[in-house]
Amino acid sequence: MEKIIEALNLAKKYNNFLAVDNISFYVNQGEIFGLLGPNGAGKTTTINMLIGMAKINGGRIIYKNQDLTSKIKKAQRLIGVVADESNLYDEMTGYENLCFCGSLYGISKKDRKNRAVKLLDLFQLSEAADKKFKAYSRGMKRKLTIAASLIHEPEIIFMDEPTTGIDVASVRQIRNLIKKLNEGGTTIFLTTHYIEEAERLCNRVAFMNKGSIIRIDTVPRLLEDTKEANVIEVLFEPNQLNKNKLLKYLKEKFTDVECTLKNDDTIKVLSQKKIDIAPIVGCLSNKGVRIIEARLIKPTLEDAFVKMTGIEIVTMKKEKEKK
Amino acid sequence: MKSFTAFWNILLKDMKNYYLKPPNISWGIIFPFAWMLMMFIKSGAVFDIKNVFPGIVAMSILFGTTSMLSVTITFERRARSFERLLLAPVSIEILVLSKIIGAILFGIFNSVIPVVVSIFYFHSAVRHWLTLIIGIVLLSVISTLSGLFIAVTAKEVFEAQTYSNFYRFPMIFLCGLFIPVTQLPVFIRPLSYVLPVTYGVDILKYSISENNSISIILNLVILLIFCIALFYISIFNIKRKWIV
Repeated sequence: MEKIIEALNLAKKYNNFLAVDNISFYVNQGEIFGLLGPNGAGKTTTINMLIGMAKINGGRIIYKNQDLTSKIKKAQRLIGVVADESNLYDEMTGYENLCFCGSLYGISKKDRKNRAVKLLDLFQLSEAADKKFKAYSRGMKRKLTIAASLIHEPEIIFMDEPTTGIDVASVRQIRNLIKKLNEGGTTIFLTTHYIEEAERLCNRVAFMNKGSIIRIDTVPRLLEDTKEANVIEVLFEPNQLNKNKLLKYLKEKFTDVECTLKNDDTIKVLSQKKIDIAPIVGCLSNKGVRIIEARLIKPTLEDAFVKMTGIEIVTMKKEKEKK
Repeated sequence: MKSFTAFWNILLKDMKNYYLKPPNISWGIIFPFAWMLMMFIKSGAVFDIKNVFPGIVAMSILFGTTSMLSVTITFERRARSFERLLLAPVSIEILVLSKIIGAILFGIFNSVIPVVVSIFYFHSAVRHWLTLIIGIVLLSVISTLSGLFIAVTAKEVFEAQTYSNFYRFPMIFLCGLFIPVTQLPVFIRPLSYVLPVTYGVDILKYSISENNSISIILNLVILLIFCIALFYISIFNIKRKWIV
């Protein structure tokens, strides 16, 4: 496979803070590449350097075998960018927004009109084409923002948290659209804090934390590391006890397991050895936890991420919600 | 050609979304009228249009353009729609030009009302039409570029408005709009000569009554230098502050 983007020893400093620390990676043509990490990991800074919205302090950026480090404007015709916020013009209709975005790439009036109509149809927004952007729901705004990034038919699309903060139906639709786009040959560079999203969509994933890339691999290979692991997921009634105390208690009781909080109401217990559900449930019940469900599950990318980074998924989600 | 398409459509978008909105058009009409009426009431029957005409034209341009551009850019930056423009494959210079042309045209439109009223109602004679037009255009350009300069400094819309006011109000007194610079205290005069609007107003004074205090050529040269300098300083600041 041909490399479409290559980042070599990329570094970015904000005053004395090293936001991105000498990272290197590549993205193959036609793949969905995911960049995963908590808030402040350096994901958005990495994207910003690749799209020309942040100056780089070190390293090189290569697009299609061309070193464009100092000429990133040249790459902007190749790329489409979906920012982590829907950033179109409130006063313009959906159709006008798409046509305007097309004009920024020098597309002729006739072509941008045709493309806008096609994209509105593809994103199931035709009925809202003449509505002002400000009247769109969050999900519709997100879809139109993605559509706007496609108007110039870019080879690569950078998507920064494309499904954050929108309804479940829109999330599903956007994920399907990402797959569809990729099947059409578009390379997708995705950052997300939804690890299950990356697991479902990405061919390769990079785990990033504190400005460094911890591991890059294909999803099946990343899962290899946790293949042998046994995972128990315990769903309980929330707002009970101090969850950190509960985790600490479990770790003391079962020394060879790793316990993490997946959500406010879910604990994950991971062990390299075979574990039974009953002692864990019993132990939690003794602490007064009302358990709703406990089940043995297959290890996921989330488990691999937790294992490699030591970051609790629930912390990552909460940070994002706060933001 | 591709850059021109982008340039033209950014300009059209700004005109439609901001400058041709009824509140802004009515501002452009009411503001100069209000000033002329104030002068008329203050002076009674001996209202000398020649003396106040350059000041009203300059005020209309200055107040119309500086805050408009700084507020619209700051607003787009807050909504992050300005990022779309920065991500387009057009040079920053073209992008800045497309953003400022709308505001310049708006400034010229603001000057039309006082010019028309002065000529048709007060029968004020314009001695040099060409320099009047050049003066109006240059004043619009310099006021717009000042607005851009403010936009690069401001982070919030209210900051843009506050900075615009801090910039504009002293100019009413310092730039010879209604009080000639030569009548200002000696220690204040250097400040007047640092402000570009002083030279624009002087061009207008020459056009109406040949009552200028600086040579017309010098006024034009200084204003052009200000325009070029402010344009490139703003571009430098955009690259430095917005592409961090």
